Amino acid sequence: MTAWEKLRPYGMVAPSIIIFSMFFIYPIFYMIYLSFYDWNFVSPDKTFVGLQNFKDLLTDEDFRQVLSNTTLYTLMTVALTTGLSLFLALWLNRKGVFHAFVQGAIFSPHIISLVSISLLWSWLMDPEYGLLNWVIGLFGFEKMQWLSHPETSLVSLVIVAVWKGIGYNTLVFIAGLQSIPADIYEAAALDQSKPWTTFRRIILPMLSPTIFFLVIINMIGSFQVFETIAIMTQGGPVNSTNTLVYYIYENGFRFFKIGYASAAGVILLAIVGLLTIVYFRLLSSRVHYR
Amino acid sequence: MAKIELINICKKYKDETVIDDLNLTIKDGSFTVLVGPSGCGKSTTLRMIAGLETATGGEIRIGGKRVNDTAPGHRDVAMVFQNYALYPTMTVRGNIEFGLKNRGVAKAEREKLIAEIAEIVGLDQLLDRKPQQLSGGQRQRVALARAMVKKPKVFILDEPLSNLDAKLRNQMRTELIQLHRRLGTTFVYVTHDQVEAMSMGDEIVVMHQGVIQQADTPMKLYHEPANLFTAQFIGTPAMNVLDTRDAAGLSLESESTVAKLGFRPEQAVFDWGGMHEGYRLTGEVMTRESLGAENIYQIKAPGGVFFVKTFLEPLREEQTVRVVVPYEQLYYFGPDGKRLYGVRVQERQLAAAGGV
Repeated sequence: MTAWEKLRPYGMVAPSIIIFSMFFIYPIFYMIYLSFYDWNFVSPDKTFVGLQNFKDLLTDEDFRQVLSNTTLYTLMTVALTTGLSLFLALWLNRKGVFHAFVQGAIFSPHIISLVSISLLWSWLMDPEYGLLNWVIGLFGFEKMQWLSHPETSLVSLVIVAVWKGIGYNTLVFIAGLQSIPADIYEAAALDQSKPWTTFRRIILPMLSPTIFFLVIINMIGSFQVFETIAIMTQGGPVNSTNTLVYYIYENGFRFFKIGYASAAGVILLAIVGLLTIVYFRLLSSRVHYR
Repeated sequence: MAKIELINICKKYKDETVIDDLNLTIKDGSFTVLVGPSGCGKSTTLRMIAGLETATGGEIRIGGKRVNDTAPGHRDVAMVFQNYALYPTMTVRGNIEFGLKNRGVAKAEREKLIAEIAEIVGLDQLLDRKPQQLSGGQRQRVALARAMVKKPKVFILDEPLSNLDAKLRNQMRTELIQLHRRLGTTFVYVTHDQVEAMSMGDEIVVMHQGVIQQADTPMKLYHEPANLFTAQFIGTPAMNVLDTRDAAGLSLESESTVAKLGFRPEQAVFDWGGMHEGYRLTGEVMTRESLGAENIYQIKAPGGVFFVKTFLEPLREEQTVRVVVPYEQLYYFGPDGKRLYGVRVQERQLAAAGGV
């Protein structure tokens, strides 16, 4: 083998490796590097502070609140999105104009930009002039504060996330359901299986790869929530909707505590990385049936 | 064990009628095969018996009891599907056990039944495997075991061998016949393969375009086909059929119009010594197939192309051949395809033909 033959494959993949390194690998390592420094983004001097940024983070009340907000937001969003879309998919998994319409309708938010969605829901949830409170009023209930009250603000953001995510999730579930052959249901019917038993013992286990995929994808997505918070609440009121990515953005680009923000970024990277590893580990232990 | 009666059964999908006014009685303990080309309604009929499709009209009785409104699981039928339809996330044991659990059979009893069945179908070593770890033949056995364990009155099999290779198919065919003898239960079997139908069934129902063409024993079906469709569907190669207008030198006497005449390839004899009396044909040999014990010739005659099958004879090398079909081996069909009886060959022609 000549030197050229040995080098050629590396030459071929070089362009993508270079771009990948510049925009993914280098920033990650630079972030890890920055997390050990105190830096204000403009000054030429960076002060090495060791693990001080991490120590500060872990003792910071706000950061703890941010972590708990993010976890709570993720758990609620994932549970509601996955649960509701499975329910919807079971209902929509049949032919008919009406079902096709509903499927299309719930999918449409998926293709709308999150900025538009955030603006739309800010208006819908306006305590004074919003549509939601008007509807609630029709039924004689008291007006809700939605995004303006610490007790309801996080849940309000969850509602927006579920509304946006449910169409895509339902679509994936329907695809999963349609990959189950019709004769499996028929065999179950001949085995005197009641609908709930068929669902629990046959359909749910066969859907488990789909459920698993969606839970992980939704979790990773929810952990990185940013747009809705930046536009709708800016982390407020009283830090009740401040989440990890928004916190990083705030510290880095508004307070210019780059080292501190980088340390938070490292923690986010660790969490998302861990989720991804868990996903691939569990995925490889599952066998798809054909 | 049970007799199955289909009375005036109709099946319509929106505007399309798949089955119209079908009447059939499947005898208790019989191995009945529904056979026909694809789209003939055989699977639909089978699925209506199982309860997986509802009949648009008519009555279905199993063991004398009307079951039209009975759920599939309560009809006391078990089904083996073409693609086996095993529950992929359950083990072999789980698959067999599922139906029993749903019926509320106690655990000890379930285990006893599973052990019994697993031994019969030879799965005792594989009970803890998942279906995807099994070969096609093994999956087939699981499907059978799952059906058998419920001790149903009726077994329904929908093309169960079509996914197996030729050798395994032959083996499973024999095993199914033995299984039927052993259980003595009514078997209803659907296939598009007439060889499978002939070799397995003791009662064959030939269907075409949603209509039963003939329901009879394999031998009756072969020797006494009721119409052109059955005559041409059963047998390999199929019955030779010629238009009577092209049948030179044959004068027929009949009360109704004879449109076609037919004969089985093995009934034609090569007429070299002029010893045989019957309908004579001369033609060019187009192809010769030697299968060892039997030879099949495709012959082109002025009246059309036909096949001749001989047994345990050396392969003939001649280009032009003369064959003769004894008159009593000729079948006659009317313009509507119905078999005609009482057709006679005129004496004068007979004498003339015999004198060649």
